[in-house]
Amino acid sequence: MIESNELNDKEILLELEHIHMSFGKVKAIADISLQIKKGEIHSVIGPNGAGKTVMMNCINGLYRPQKGNIFFKGQKINHLKPYERAAQGMARTFQKVEVFGGMTVLDNIRLGRHTHYKSGLLSGLLYMGKTAEEEKKHREFIEEEIIDLLEIEQIRHKPVGMLPYGLQKRVELGRALALEPDILILDEPLAGLNLEEVEDMARFILDINEEERWKVTCLLVEHDMGVVMDLSDNVFVLNFGNMIIDGPPADVQENPDVVKAYLGEEDLYATRR
Amino acid sequence: MRQEDKNRKNGIEINDDLTIPKLFHRQALKYGDGRVAMREKEFGIWRPITWKGYHDNVKQIALGLVALGLENGDKVSMIGDNRPEGLWAEMAAICAGGVGVWLFQDCLIEEVKYILDHSDTKFLFGEGQEEVDKAMSVFKECPKLKKIIWDNPKGMRNYHEDYLISLEEVKALGRKLDEEQPDLFEKLVNQGVGEEVALLFYTSGTTSLPKGALLSHNNMLTMGMHLMDVDPCKETDDYVSYLPFAWIGEQMMSISCGLQIGYTINFPEEPETAQENIREIGPHVMFAPPRMYEEMTRKVQVKYLDSTWIKRKFYEWSTKIGYRTANLKFEKKPISLFWKALDWLAYVTVQKKLKDHLGLSRVRNAYTGGAAMGPDHFRFFHAMGVNLKQIYGQTEVAGISVVHRSGDIKFDTVGHPIPGTEIKITEDGEIITKSSSVFKGYYKNPEATAEAIKDGWLHSDDKGFMDDDGHLVVFDRTKDVFTLKDGRPFSPQYLETRLKFSPYIKDSWVIGDKRDYITAVLCIDYAVVGKWADDKKLNYTSYPELSQKIEVYELVAQQIRDANKDLPDPAKVIKFTNLYKELDADDDELTRTRKLRRAFVEKRYAEILDALYSDVDTVHIDTVIKYEDGHEAHIKTDMRIIEVSK
Repeated sequence: MIESNELNDKEILLELEHIHMSFGKVKAIADISLQIKKGEIHSVIGPNGAGKTVMMNCINGLYRPQKGNIFFKGQKINHLKPYERAAQGMARTFQKVEVFGGMTVLDNIRLGRHTHYKSGLLSGLLYMGKTAEEEKKHREFIEEEIIDLLEIEQIRHKPVGMLPYGLQKRVELGRALALEPDILILDEPLAGLNLEEVEDMARFILDINEEERWKVTCLLVEHDMGVVMDLSDNVFVLNFGNMIIDGPPADVQENPDVVKAYLGEEDLYATRR
Repeated sequence: MRQEDKNRKNGIEINDDLTIPKLFHRQALKYGDGRVAMREKEFGIWRPITWKGYHDNVKQIALGLVALGLENGDKVSMIGDNRPEGLWAEMAAICAGGVGVWLFQDCLIEEVKYILDHSDTKFLFGEGQEEVDKAMSVFKECPKLKKIIWDNPKGMRNYHEDYLISLEEVKALGRKLDEEQPDLFEKLVNQGVGEEVALLFYTSGTTSLPKGALLSHNNMLTMGMHLMDVDPCKETDDYVSYLPFAWIGEQMMSISCGLQIGYTINFPEEPETAQENIREIGPHVMFAPPRMYEEMTRKVQVKYLDSTWIKRKFYEWSTKIGYRTANLKFEKKPISLFWKALDWLAYVTVQKKLKDHLGLSRVRNAYTGGAAMGPDHFRFFHAMGVNLKQIYGQTEVAGISVVHRSGDIKFDTVGHPIPGTEIKITEDGEIITKSSSVFKGYYKNPEATAEAIKDGWLHSDDKGFMDDDGHLVVFDRTKDVFTLKDGRPFSPQYLETRLKFSPYIKDSWVIGDKRDYITAVLCIDYAVVGKWADDKKLNYTSYPELSQKIEVYELVAQQIRDANKDLPDPAKVIKFTNLYKELDADDDELTRTRKLRRAFVEKRYAEILDALYSDVDTVHIDTVIKYEDGHEAHIKTDMRIIEVSK
């Protein structure tokens, strides 16, 4: 695992600057600032309704924050639409899987590459010239690398809708990875998985983050404390839309406010077994 | 060597001087870049490796091992899935003068430790993180082990121990040594004679700890030659290697036969995709233990139950024809033109597609061996037009000694001895074998060796006899043969395989030696019975619960009644129970080749046995199961004891 002091010198990939987001009179998040450095796994934790998903939606452009700025790779991206942010290298998976059930695993993953296609609609419809060439090029390798990484060779040609939930989550991760993103936002990737699937998924996240081939920075929203503390370089704790602490797992575990926020919820350090 | 051994296929003459490395070197030079030695499906595409590629890789690894300190006679172990790197490692170890040892991929840590330690392994080839983890946990307890070599980098980025080395690094060491001493590899290859030990193979052992059988180059090569005398293979054939290399049958096909004839060996992408990959390749030769054929049968039976009315009718009609013509062939009776025409129709409409789905469309010879296979399965495959043959053999003869000949197949026999093999039955009814493939002895176990080889005859511990046509009939393991109530001997295996013909029954264990009646403990097939329960709208959450449903018991009882048909009364199953779990090699209940370890299960399930032979209708189970990672689960359940009505 990358040491956190090593990370201090790294460039900042994504930055939130004093973000405010309200829905009517309900303040979902207030004055949130966050810096994510290149190469780290940064987790966001917090009780239900703390504003984690709102924060993610602000980052990938589904919501426009009322106040504050978002910078991605040094550029201000406040005005960009979700697909424009995706084209810049931002990928996301969802709390509830959002896959195309009628399509095969391979097609779902292939779809994740559409932002890399440059040809226009007409040549796409006719499937000639640039389009055909482009598709062949994209088809070549990355999809299969992803299938190999996520160990889903045996279901390559199966329709995703027929697969068990755990595998659907893997396919969704695969599709996000096909975008070859700089940052991957994982919204509760472990929710609803059994112990074995959790272990597999945790391993995949580490592989994506650490393997030379991928080296993707990860922003992880998760409930499973054991996994969060094991995987993350830094943990950001959110409660009622406010930041409690942002720092290495060891510091977070000792913070009395964190313990308090979690009291009555579940034992902070309990993992599922 | 006898004169007849000369001038066969490709002019290969197996004499006392020929070794596996010499033959490998010669074949690689002959075929070069012009022929594909092996293929592996990787990243969704079949990627070929020519003989030159095969040779280059083996050469680099062999020299790399020498650079790391391999000396003549050192043991080199391999563990991992079937893949080119595994075969290269084995060939390289033998080429460098070492002895190859294979471990089953799913061996538990204790078994890995026992074999590594007992075999005095110096180098271990593990595939990736999983195998390396296993080996690392026993590294300290195996003082002779020097290096662990891995080839799959996935998950290995944080492993920095000195004794770990990647296959690429080994190859680099080999290339460096090759530059310094360009003629070293050829020198290594040309050393040695056929009588020297090439492989150390651990037998599965239904009763005791595994024993290491020493097999020479000559053992392996004559084995392949004699098998191919019966059923010649072709250079252009395809073979799919997906069964564990630690099983002698796989060695026989990949090394003994593959090297001599030079057919293409295909490796599946992942173990899970093997069945699909077999279909893509369509192999010409196939050798698998009965369970693989049982699985195929079950697949067809279940798909049949699942399909539409019209398809079911077509299937029923074609199998009727298939069975009829197959029976005529078994009885060696002529088939009339009318039936030939019907058979052709059945082939075109149903069997052709069915065979294609099972990957059997090009199979010339399909062999089954390693355990008993029931006559029902046999008929099933022949009715489909698959030339399935029974073989009989053991690790100690480097593979097989007896096989069916095409056109002379009887499903209760295993056929005639292969050339160069003599088979006799002792006065006690034990099958004994003499051939050039009989092994050199057990490693570090002279007592067991003396028991197994007497006056050059290999004693098998199997009971059998020769029938009127000179076919060998294998009854059962000597110690497994039952004495029925009426004093007749009886083979439990026979009944077990009959029970397993039902798609609902995955494993069976028949009890009744010197008892008043026969009983059985059965394991249902979770997928098939689960599907059946879904259709019947039965609720269940787990295997233990499903297996104990009264409806499931009724279903299983019906299967037993079918199997009981045409058996003499004392051999009929009277009482049975469904086990609350599946039998598992990890729990020592089966060997790694999935043979039942009778003595062990009798001890483990003593209370079930007692209940089967007393006047109760349930047995209470209260047991603790230990998982691989150390945590335990408490199982409390009741198992029913059901009497099968006539």
